[in-house]
Amino acid sequence: MSIPHSPPGTQVFDGPMATQGYALNKLCYSFNEAAAREAFQADESAYCDRFGLSAEQKEALLKRDVLKLQALGGSIYYLAKFAGVLGLGVQDVGGLQTGMSTDEFKAMLVDGGNRRFGEYDYE
Amino acid sequence: MSKIIGGITTSHIPAIGVAMDKGLENEPYWKEFFAAYPPVRQWLNEQKPDIAIVFYNDHGLEFFLDRKPTFAIGTAREYHNADEGWGIKPIPPITGETDLSWHIVNSLIEDDFDPTVCQEMRVDHGLTVPLSLMYPGHDYQHIQVIPVAINCERHPMPKPSRSFALGQAIGRAVESWSGDKKVVMFGTGGLSHQLDGERAGYINHEFDHYCMDQLVPNPEALTRYSNGDLLKIAGSQGVELAMWLAMRGALPGKLTELHRSYHAPISNTGAGVMLIQND
Repeated sequence: MSIPHSPPGTQVFDGPMATQGYALNKLCYSFNEAAAREAFQADESAYCDRFGLSAEQKEALLKRDVLKLQALGGSIYYLAKFAGVLGLGVQDVGGLQTGMSTDEFKAMLVDGGNRRFGEYDYE
Repeated sequence: MSKIIGGITTSHIPAIGVAMDKGLENEPYWKEFFAAYPPVRQWLNEQKPDIAIVFYNDHGLEFFLDRKPTFAIGTAREYHNADEGWGIKPIPPITGETDLSWHIVNSLIEDDFDPTVCQEMRVDHGLTVPLSLMYPGHDYQHIQVIPVAINCERHPMPKPSRSFALGQAIGRAVESWSGDKKVVMFGTGGLSHQLDGERAGYINHEFDHYCMDQLVPNPEALTRYSNGDLLKIAGSQGVELAMWLAMRGALPGKLTELHRSYHAPISNTGAGVMLIQND
């Protein structure tokens, strides 16, 4: 089967997740335009409604709950654009997802990376 | 008679472009990473390729989920970057190529590959960061670029073996083209990294070294993996190995590894550079 199972600590972004997250990802994709970023920041709630997010997705978005957004179909590539609107980089987002400060997350990367769920052998 | 002169692998993460814009190449964090590139640039300046075929993945600039090609190839005279959501700077247009591009499209269809063909496409950091790394100061307009995009974003994605086979088919197309040009292949992205989930920050140095050891002499050691294997072993975005395999597939001759470097972490990734000559 070509669709992988999710390993621990990972939500595989496949067809069903893409279906569930379509409106959410479309909202985040709109942030490629500066005018969209401004419109979102002017009224976040109205902007969510315009894209037809579910109540759960909207709540997670307004709370910046990145893990929840992924569980509800958000793709990290589009959530990265949302993070950009918030002025967050990938390491800030890494910290948010792992319950660390950005500095702790960076230190973990230097220290060999996230081993919380073990390391998979390549053989 | 055209000639494939070799291949180059490189990371393409946005942070590299930002570091170059800000002139941070000699800062402690970046120094070792950027030290990998002068030998590659010197080789490019000596060999003077006319055309670069750049294997990359779009990260939600040109292709949203509404219509996401598994494989896409550009046939445009010119390409532009654009805002990717965090106010990325405009850079000079990238020179395209139309003769070999269309020849590759024809040849791929004959070879049972059916790519999406783009006469216009915005190119994101996956393509522009490698070009800026190879030609600092955005001094890349003399080289004609043929973008080849591989879906690395939403499963299902092409199998690693299929991306390798795509590269082989493109290599055959270049060799059968009548144009008298020197062609270089860029395999961008990778190596191990994961941006998403509670496992964000996963890097597998051992696997990255294994990839670099096997890529030239024994690519079958890497094409045997499924994307599910890569996801586990190399992290969610470790599937970007697809572009390295496509580049490797497109080198049909006797290969010599001229240069290699590995540095981790750069941002969240293991950054590998390889320079491979094709004779």
